[in-house]
Amino acid sequence: MSFFTEENRALAGEIIGRYPKRRSAMIPLLHVAQGQAGWVTPEAMTEIADLVDTTPAEVLGTCSFYEMFKREPVGKYLVNICVTMSCALAGAVELMEHAEERLGVRAGGTTPDGMFTLASAECQAACTEAPCLQVNYRYRYRVDTEGFDRLIDDLASGSLDGEIPQHGITARVRQHIPEDRAVGAVPPDEVNEAPVWLAASAPNGAGSS
Amino acid sequence: MSDTTAAEAAPSTVEVMIDGVAVDAQPGELVIAAAERAGVHIPRFCYHERMSSVGMCRMCLVEIDTGRGPQLQASCMVQVSPQMVVDTTSERTQRAQEGVLEMLLINHPLDCPVCDKGGECPLQDQTMAYGPGESRFVEEKRHFPKPIPISELVHLDRERCILCDRCTRFADEIAGDPLIDFTERGNETQVLTFPGEPFSSYFSGNTVQICPVGALTAAPYRFKARPWDLAQTESTCTTCAVGCRIAVQSSRNELVRYLGVDIDPVNHGWLCDKGRFAYGSVGSPERVTRPMQARSSGRVADIAAVEPMRNFEPSDWARALDAVAAAVKTARPGAIAVLGGARGTNEDAYSWSKLARTVLGTNHVDAQLGDGLAADITVGLGTATIDDACTADTTLLVCGDLREELPVLHLRLRGAARAGSTRLVEVSPTETGLTRDAARSERCGGGEAAAVLRDLLDGDDPLSDELAGGSVVVVLGRSSVAESADAAAEVASVLADRVPHAKFLVAARRGNIRGALDMGLAPGLLPGRCLSADPTPALAAAWGELPPEPGHDAAGILAAAAAGDIDVLFLLGADPLTDFPDSVLARLGVAGARTVVAVDTFLNQSTIEADIFLPAAAFGEKSGTTTNFEGRVSELSELVTAPGSSRPDWMIAAELAMLCDADLGFVSVSEITAEIAAVCETHAEAMGSPVDGDGVLVSGAAFEPALPPAHVAPPRDAYGLRLVCNRKLYDGGVTVAQTPALASLRAETALRVHPIDLERVGVASGTEVEVHSERGALRLPIVADSGVGRHNAVLAFPSPELDVGALIDATATVTDVRIETRGTQEPAS
Ligand code: SF4
Ligand code: SF4
Ligand code: FES
Ligand code: FES
Repeated sequence: MSFFTEENRALAGEIIGRYPKRRSAMIPLLHVAQGQAGWVTPEAMTEIADLVDTTPAEVLGTCSFYEMFKREPVGKYLVNICVTMSCALAGAVELMEHAEERLGVRAGGTTPDGMFTLASAECQAACTEAPCLQVNYRYRYRVDTEGFDRLIDDLASGSLDGEIPQHGITARVRQHIPEDRAVGAVPPDEVNEAPVWLAASAPNGAGSS
Repeated sequence: MSDTTAAEAAPSTVEVMIDGVAVDAQPGELVIAAAERAGVHIPRFCYHERMSSVGMCRMCLVEIDTGRGPQLQASCMVQVSPQMVVDTTSERTQRAQEGVLEMLLINHPLDCPVCDKGGECPLQDQTMAYGPGESRFVEEKRHFPKPIPISELVHLDRERCILCDRCTRFADEIAGDPLIDFTERGNETQVLTFPGEPFSSYFSGNTVQICPVGALTAAPYRFKARPWDLAQTESTCTTCAVGCRIAVQSSRNELVRYLGVDIDPVNHGWLCDKGRFAYGSVGSPERVTRPMQARSSGRVADIAAVEPMRNFEPSDWARALDAVAAAVKTARPGAIAVLGGARGTNEDAYSWSKLARTVLGTNHVDAQLGDGLAADITVGLGTATIDDACTADTTLLVCGDLREELPVLHLRLRGAARAGSTRLVEVSPTETGLTRDAARSERCGGGEAAAVLRDLLDGDDPLSDELAGGSVVVVLGRSSVAESADAAAEVASVLADRVPHAKFLVAARRGNIRGALDMGLAPGLLPGRCLSADPTPALAAAWGELPPEPGHDAAGILAAAAAGDIDVLFLLGADPLTDFPDSVLARLGVAGARTVVAVDTFLNQSTIEADIFLPAAAFGEKSGTTTNFEGRVSELSELVTAPGSSRPDWMIAAELAMLCDADLGFVSVSEITAEIAAVCETHAEAMGSPVDGDGVLVSGAAFEPALPPAHVAPPRDAYGLRLVCNRKLYDGGVTVAQTPALASLRAETALRVHPIDLERVGVASGTEVEVHSERGALRLPIVADSGVGRHNAVLAFPSPELDVGALIDATATVTDVRIETRGTQEPAS
């Protein structure tokens, strides 16, 4: 009864191998877990604890510190509407009211079909493009009510699937670090050479001393 | 750069000014610690001298000037530097302290009247001493449901918590059980466990003690007393042989709390939960508090089914002691034996040792119950201390799981290994609590540690060079009672031979076992660590003629009793039916003795069989001294009166001597202490004058123990598994059973085997199987455990619900078992 799929289990192993201490892989593994289930389930935390050799309590401690790790189910699309100053002045409050009406849930709620979770958010650092929102952390700028309706229609119809993956998937391209560029799992206090990448990127091997 | 040049270059002290006074601080010392040593107390919540500093609470802000002008800095995070000027009372410091307290109280419920900490609360005290007096905060405080249990022993009130990180830091850094952690963030931050996974650490009680507010409370103490109506004395825990220093507290003549006292050589202020909550057994309503004598007729055999007291009728001391004296007087020569004595004080042990030799005329005395190492090895081999083990280049662990057996020794070694001050290498039949922190951990078959070590040291393994090149301490113990004590002796001889500079620390487990052996409660030994064959002149002069024939050990005594050769068997706080590994022999022995005299606090499996029961005083009810497993003598104090007419063991010995027309020559504890100092050269210093909290280490013995020549454990047959009976902290013993707070923490007994071995058995983990030895059979669940060495079958002893001893033959070197799966029951899934 393992939580991770076989594929993600292998991925977890690969991620753990990148660090000198297993525990360091905790946050990356929480992302993998959220990517798999859309939220971080208790089973996921227990299994991560096992994988990185610590207790579920410590995984919960870390997981609950970060607002972006959800410990309750959320919709396939998490719609964060910014309601901080610049956006508020540019119509975010009206946008939120409209969104609540359109989706039929209040901010913080999830539609019964499990498609949308609506949330109000603090400044998303896109004040010049106010009012703005994020769908699964992908930006939409200067959103008016019609634009919002179009966005919801597109999401519902699946026409944005190529651009916006379901909640929890942070990136669809995984970086695979070639062997010769990997720093390797060397504990910090055992490092006594220049980093590999320095040697690899120097024109003729200078930089390694 | 070598260490010596570094040491030469660094100055040995750093001069700093603290509140206008020049203070010599140690290099690297924290300002808060340097100030403390100089007598300047800086208020604090999160700082704890035995844990790393985290700077969480800011209560320790003081003005520190390092040449750039005075600045407010957290004195628990700043190390001293030359010419540093510290002002702990400046106006800015005071304003900072007021500010920090005002802030900490923003969310604090101030429910002191119903808070256990009230009266001894650092938050209360420091608010009075350094607080602003008024709060400007009028908004609603944050609310949480009032205390939630985070384990069976500890309750958490999150409203009171000031987020100092002491409990969570302790759980992670010191105990190694990070089962509580800060969760959420900002205003929502709270200490919690993972849902469904309680804070079940053997050391959880320490968090209650170090919590600077009333957020953590101990279930057994909640609402029991107020600090101002507690009576207190300092004493030493005798629940196991570590001998942690404790403060014993009582209210209305009832023990209600033990707190850890910080002494450098032993416990650093920590206690294990078994020791901390063991007072429950002292105050247990099940205590036998008056002498009893067996009913001559109508005894009921099955004790579990009926009221055990029915086997006895009440008596009084005069009648009961007369009966004992009569039995002694009519006993055949050499047919009296004394089992036990590890539960009492050194003075108790000395009195019984003297009574046995000079009045009862017997050498059949044994404080161990066949579950320790040979007495001469325990007394004569060990010269190392806990500190030695924590600082040796290599500490070799060839013993049971110290977390289960000697919990605070486990903490000390774990801390030392993590700090890099020693390197742990363990050889054990199964993983232990220290495996994670050991540099190397080797599995061995039951009884085969010596063979594994011999192979390592004689082969080309790097271990032999590592051991040869540095200081070595060997923690030697008995990792399984299903193998004979010779196995450990053999380890000693292999190591003494190949690593001659190794020092030994003998991990004797039971309470004051070291003191009892030092006082001669073992065949072949006499008080003052000398051999019966060769008493010291002082002792020979004081004790006169000694019984000539050599004595039996526990196994010998029980065998003789079973054969009808023992007329009077004294059980001095001993329960052989529970604790002697071979329960069949124990049962026959106790049944075969003509008269059984129990000197005990409870009816247990063995004392229920007694003909005469003499109620003994328990811990906290008597004074004297105790000796920990290092050989450290420290004081025990009396705080409450013994219930009913219970008496200390020594007094019973003295009175019995009198009824046998003899005189032990003392009528008080202090007279016995003085006599021990006078007749035992080894103990002259430790017992000659009052000792302080650190105790006095008694070193040296009057003999060298004889180490047996190497022998080889018989090979296991290919289908069998080797039985390894190890210990659990919460075991089937009387302390746990009679302490309500602990009894429910005992785990169910299961047979643990390596997953590959389980596969060979062919059943699922959790299936109930039948385990057969040459001796007997048991039905119990078998479970897979990858920490268990191949071909071992691990079973906890003594078990609260199963007679594990029925599998063990005391005369065999090892015990092998077969697993039968006929009529097995798969676990419900
Ligand atoms: S519960 Fe006590 S020890 Fe733990 S963080 Fe809160 S105040 Fe500190
Ligand atoms: S480790 Fe031993 S001496 Fe220390 S508190 Fe626990 S039982 Fe008592
Ligand atoms: S206020 Fe909305 S992005 Fe900054
Ligand atoms: S004691 Fe220094 S910050 Fe808490």
